[in-house]
Order: sequence, then structure tokens, then C-alpha cells
Amino acid sequence: MRVFVNRQLALMQKSKAVGVIRTLLVAVAMTTLGAGAVQAKPLKLEKQQLKLGFIKLTDMAPLAIAYEKHYFEDEGLYVTLEAQSNWKVLLDRVISGELDGAHMLAGQPLASTIGYGTQADIITPFSMDLNGNGITVSNDVWARMQAHLKKDADGRFVHPIKADALKPVVEEYKHEGKPFKMGMVFPVSTHNYYLRYWLAAAGLNPGYYVPNDISGQIKADVQLSVTPPPQMPSTLEAGTIYGYCVGEPWNEQAIVKGVGVPVITDYEIWKNNPEKVFGVTKAWAEKNPNTLLALTKALIRAAIWLDADNGAHRKEAAQILSRPEYVGADYNVIAKSMTGTFEFGKGDVRSLPDFNVFFRYYATYPFYSDAVWFLTQMRRWGQIDEAKPDTWYAETAKKVYRPDVYMQAAQMLIDEGKAKKEDFPFGTDGYKPATKDFIDGIEYDGHKPNAYINKFAIGLKGKQKITGGVIK
Amino acid sequence: MPATPATTPVPSVHSGDTAPAASLETLKDEAMQAAKLRAARTSRAFERVYGVLNVAGLGFLVPVMRMLRGESARAQLKELWRLLGVPVTAFAIFLFAWSQIASHIVTSLGQIPGPKEVWQQSEALWQDHVQQRERRAEFYQRQAERNAELLKEDPHAEIHVFKYTGKVTYIDQIITSLKTVFTGFILASLIAIPVGILCGVSANINAAVNPFIQIFKPVSPLAWLPIVTMMVSALYVTKDPMFEKSFITSAITVALCSLWPTLINTALGVASIDKDLLNVAKVLQLKWSTRLFKLIIPSSLPLIFTGLRLSLGVGWMVLIAAEMLAQNPGLGKFVWDEFQNGSSESLSRLMVAVFTIGVIGFLLDRVMYTIQSLVNFSGRR
Repeated sequence: MRVFVNRQLALMQKSKAVGVIRTLLVAVAMTTLGAGAVQAKPLKLEKQQLKLGFIKLTDMAPLAIAYEKHYFEDEGLYVTLEAQSNWKVLLDRVISGELDGAHMLAGQPLASTIGYGTQADIITPFSMDLNGNGITVSNDVWARMQAHLKKDADGRFVHPIKADALKPVVEEYKHEGKPFKMGMVFPVSTHNYYLRYWLAAAGLNPGYYVPNDISGQIKADVQLSVTPPPQMPSTLEAGTIYGYCVGEPWNEQAIVKGVGVPVITDYEIWKNNPEKVFGVTKAWAEKNPNTLLALTKALIRAAIWLDADNGAHRKEAAQILSRPEYVGADYNVIAKSMTGTFEFGKGDVRSLPDFNVFFRYYATYPFYSDAVWFLTQMRRWGQIDEAKPDTWYAETAKKVYRPDVYMQAAQMLIDEGKAKKEDFPFGTDGYKPATKDFIDGIEYDGHKPNAYINKFAIGLKGKQKITGGVIK
Repeated sequence: MPATPATTPVPSVHSGDTAPAASLETLKDEAMQAAKLRAARTSRAFERVYGVLNVAGLGFLVPVMRMLRGESARAQLKELWRLLGVPVTAFAIFLFAWSQIASHIVTSLGQIPGPKEVWQQSEALWQDHVQQRERRAEFYQRQAERNAELLKEDPHAEIHVFKYTGKVTYIDQIITSLKTVFTGFILASLIAIPVGILCGVSANINAAVNPFIQIFKPVSPLAWLPIVTMMVSALYVTKDPMFEKSFITSAITVALCSLWPTLINTALGVASIDKDLLNVAKVLQLKWSTRLFKLIIPSSLPLIFTGLRLSLGVGWMVLIAAEMLAQNPGLGKFVWDEFQNGSSESLSRLMVAVFTIGVIGFLLDRVMYTIQSLVNFSGRR
């Protein structure tokens, strides 16, 4: 918990306010704004009754909170939340109009827009969170990995655990005639890309996609396949896969069930990586612009609530999420990662205050640079099968990510005294500064996607294509 | 269920003798005879009640009533034991064995829940239903307040009242499932009965339809569902849909899987009508419609209803799978969601669902059986 508070302090040096003072400031801001501000005219909503989909993962929290704290209703929206069975079903139902919008994998709006998988124009005005995923391996794999790990003075394993420790285990499995299989949740999921990143950083090839073979297992050292998030622990238990990358609570669930051990979180693979987004179809957004604004406003308020007061609301959030209609896992499982800690292995609880970030670090702003990063990974693994110029990356990102809607909603909340100006990145061009916060230290600059792609040892680069299983 | 044999003695009716001068005796005799007749009438009435009870699945009440009416206690107790004692004892043994075995099996979700945990969860589900109803009231309250505020600010504001947006409860899910299964069942019957009659009437049509029956009958709902989903998405495009797509998808899947028993039985029923009857109809030169409604359908009703009963059973069984995949908010979705939740209560809740599905399936079958018996014994031909 201490680290959690410290990080918060560092973050809030800007506003020089802590805890109570912070709330006071908000109160003051609200009164002054409320007195002087013109009462904003309520939005004329095109549609008030909405149905939104989600997958049972803790990062659907902004939706649950916006519902439970009546933020939707405050905007005049009457929202029904409905759990979906898997990402494909969720996407199809958004496209078919059965759902007005949904909690989506960041890759889904991008892939649909460029026509990888189901073709449909989907946009996102709101990023739902940062981080929140982990990689878990089976007990047997973990037992074999330990021989290749270093311990610190306290006898705990040195983190982050790199896939270098997994590499010899994969070799052993191969010698035993068992191809090494791992699960991820969807071909264009962040989990697929983070898992691939982690494996490839240690020289393990996670396999390539080609247009006529979308299994993504060409030249693979580790075979990846799709399993819906809530089924991960039971699939691991069944022995179909030896490890997986998934969002919470399904890593901590593996510990509670005693079927596996989480070895690394995506925070350690890429510090403050973008995660889920809230997606609607472009057609829906054009038909219901005010409704979309209202939705974005409610979601921003929910995100603010989730991260307010050094995470003081997280326990309540975990309680809400543990209800069967939301995530439905036991409270203690959800609380493990939602309250600033993460349990690696039985009893190995470590402080990880930024594991679930819902609002801090401009988490909800839809950065173009995030979109471009996902596109670079699609290119790296062959989902985009030919070279594209840097301009294409920027244009695609602009088509899908809609910070204009987000900032409009933010401005309205600021005017209404429900949010603070400094919490929003006014003046940004939509690109985060270049960063080296990756597990392999390779620098990423969103303005230069092709240069970035060319830096990787494993992965397609330049004009490379795969024909007949050979990279040319 | 075999009909209980009639054990009431049939009163012997004497013809009024011509006894010379025993007016008192005669009077007594007459009174006795009247009483006997009355008794016979009540007996017949009771026999009828027994029949209804048997059909309704409450056959165990028959011996109780017989005993109350003073029939041989020993025989009736034996009957009661067979009808009530044996099943109840078997169930008790089952519960005991379950609770014993359950505590020895440990899954990754914890121990297999015993009868007690399952009962607790069914109570919890009911509690949840009650709470949700309270939350619904609060929701409407808030909405009314908001709308009043809107009206205060702008008297011409458009006001809508929206339905409760909260989660559906277990009871709601049961109702959704029943609606879905009956929609699918009615849909199936509307197709299967006419087609079945056509097949029964004409050997050529039968030969044409037969391959489809043989091929499509064994297809699992899980195979139909993706196709049905795609078709519904493509064809059911309205601005303001009256039904949810998931509802239609599930209902159609149920219909596709459940129409076969009705179709086959209807065809069989129609085909096996007494040829003499048909010949008589020919001789009388009855109109086609008269022949259909006065002869063919009434004669084949028993088999049609046998088919319908089988169909409803199949439909109910298929429904759960269809709802799971189509995301129709019924019992199937409940099962799927609880499987996904994987909380410490999930297993108990899943077992509650299993019992609910079983009991409802049993009740549906009973209802159909009752209707079927009424049709079979109505003697309409």
C-alpha cells in the first residue's frame, strides 16, 4: 500500500493536494464554477434507452460504476448492461445493432475498420483503462521455470520474470513431443500482442498470421489459440493449454483454484499500456452524436470515481463487480488486483498500485499513439500482410480514435463542475511522447511506426511478406 | 401410469318384488335401494375424480381418498406406499447419498455443493429477486423525479418513461425461457401439423418430404444456431424491433429441433386412418374440407398430441443450449453466466438451475400428458 500512496503523491505534485485537500479543492471548484457558470443546456438525446455489452473482466468497471452510481441516468440515459459470451459475439452484436456499444478490445475497432476479420467501421471516444492483464502458466510449467530464475536477498524471485526462463521449458516440452500451447482471448486482443511481445523479447517465436491461415501459428515456437477470458482457468486445468494471457480476475482465479501461477503482468511488459476501449459503430455515432457525448461523459465520471482519493473506492468497486450480473467472481479474487496489489504465486503478494488504472495518467483519453502501436503489432505478426506508409498508420488511427468527442465531453464536465481541467490533456496532438518503458527497452515513437517495426528481431518488417510459409 | 382397477362393488338392483303385505318392509327396501343407487352415483363420480388425479400426476391421493371413504385400509396403504412411499424414500436416499458423496469431491471451485447449499442458493436467488424488485421501484422513483424536474425547467419537454434497466432476476429468466419455448413450440406446430397432414394424405408428398425429415431430424441445436443467427440478423431488420433478435434466434432454433416428432406422428396418424372411413367419405362424396376437419383431423388427434408432447419435451431440452449461445436472457444464459462467473457459489447455483429445468420440464410434460389423455379418451372419432 505504501508504494501505492507514494506513486499517487508523485502524480499529484502538480496539484499539490492530497486526500482531503484534494476533495476540498474539488468542492471549491464546484461551487465557484456552479455560481458563475452558465447552466449548461441538457443535451438533446437522440436515443435514451441503450443496451451495452461487456465481457466478464474487472476492466468493465467504468460501465458498472456509471450504472450503479447513476451517472448514466444523470445524463438522461437508461442503460442496460449485458454480459456477452465471447469477444466475437460481442463484436457481431454491436455491428448488427443488437448492442448500442460495448466494452471492447483495443484491437477490435482497428481491425474491423481495416477489414481484418469482420469488416465494419467502429470508433472509440473513450479508453477504458491501462494495464490490468497478466500471464499465467500451469503449475508444472512454473515448477520447471523456477530452475532458471534468480532470487533476491529475501528469497523471492526477481521480477519482472522474462520469457527467457520459459524458453528452456518450451524446449523440454518439445522433446517430450508436446508442442507448447498457450491461450489468449482473441486474435486482435491486446493480450495476444502483449503475450507475443513477451515471448518474442526472449527469442520465442509466437507464430505469424497470413491472409489464408488465420491460426497465427506459422513458424511458431509457442502455439497460441483463442479461449474466452472466463474459461481460461478451466481450460488450463483441463490441460488444453499450458499458460495464458488474460485480464483480471482470471489470473488471480488460477491461484485461488490452484491450477496455475501468474508470472508477469502487462504493466511490466509495457508500463501503463493501453487496454480496453469503449466502441460503437461509426454509423451509430453519426446518428446519435449527443447520445455518444452523454455516454462519454458518464463513463469519464465513472473513471474519475474509480481512481478518486488514492483508490479509496476500490473496495466498493470490487464488491459491485463481484455481483453475478457483472464479473461474478468472488470478492476476494477481484479485490486482489483491484486494490493495488497482485498475487504472484500462492502468498507472493506484491504491491502493484498501477495494475488497474482507470483515470490517472490520462488513462481514458483515446491516444492516436495507442492505436498506432496496435497497428504496428498487427503488421509485425502478419495480420496486416503488406507494408504501409507511416501516413496510413496515422490516418487509420484518426478514423477510429475520436479524442474530439472525448474532449468535448470533458469540457462539458468541466463546465458543469464535475471534473477538473488539469485531469485532461488539453493541447496534446494525440501522441504520447516516445517511450522506452518496454520489457526489452526498445523505443516506441508513435509518429514513426515503420522505423519502430524494423527494430524487432522477430517479426515482419519493411516490405516482407510470407508466402508458402517463408518470409520474403 | 396404469389406471387403478375399480374396486367399488356394483350395487345389485333387485326388481321390486311382489311381497304380499309387508308395506313397512317394502318401504325399507326402497329406501335401501335408493341409498344404494346414490352410493353408486357418488362412486362413479369419485372414479372420475380418481381418473383426473391419475392423469394430473397426483395419483397418490387416490388411495388416501379411498381410505377416507372407508375402503379396505390394508390394500390402500399398500397402494399408497407404492405410489408415494417408494418415490419419497428413493428421493431421500438420493439426497443422503448426494450429501455424503458431495463432501468428498473437490473441484477447483471448491467442494461439490450438497443439498443444503443448493437449497440456500435457491433461497438466495429468491432474495435477490425481491431485492431487485425494490431496486426497480427506486429506479422508477428516480425517473419520475428526473422527469418532474425536466418538466419544471421546460414545460414542453418530451417525457418518456423507460423500463427498468437493472439485471433480470432468476424468476424473470424462467419466464423468458417459458415464453421462448412456447413461441418456438407454436411455430413448430404451425409448420409440422399441416406438413404432417399433407404427408399422411399423399404418399407422393410423403416420399418427397421424407429425406428432409431423415436428414434434419438428428441435427443438434448447436449446429443450427449460427446459421439461424446469421439469417435472423440479415432478415430481421426493423427500426424498432418488437422482439429481441436473441429471442427470435432461440425460438427458431427450438422450432427447428422440435418440429420433427409432431410432423412424423401427424403423418403417421393421418396415414393410419381406417380405410373404411375414407371409403365411406368417398361414397358420400364429402367435400375435401369436410373430409379434413370432420374425419382426418379428429381421427389423427391422438397421435398428433403424442407428437406435440414429444416436441415440447425436445424443445425444452434444446432451449437451454440455444439460449446459452444466442444470449437470450433465460435459464440458458443463467447457466452460462454462472459457469463463467466461477465464484464459490456458482456450482450451487448451477444445480439450482438443473433442478428448475427438470421440474419445469416435468410440469410441461404433465400438462401435455393431461391434454393428450383427454383427447385420447374423449371417444371422438
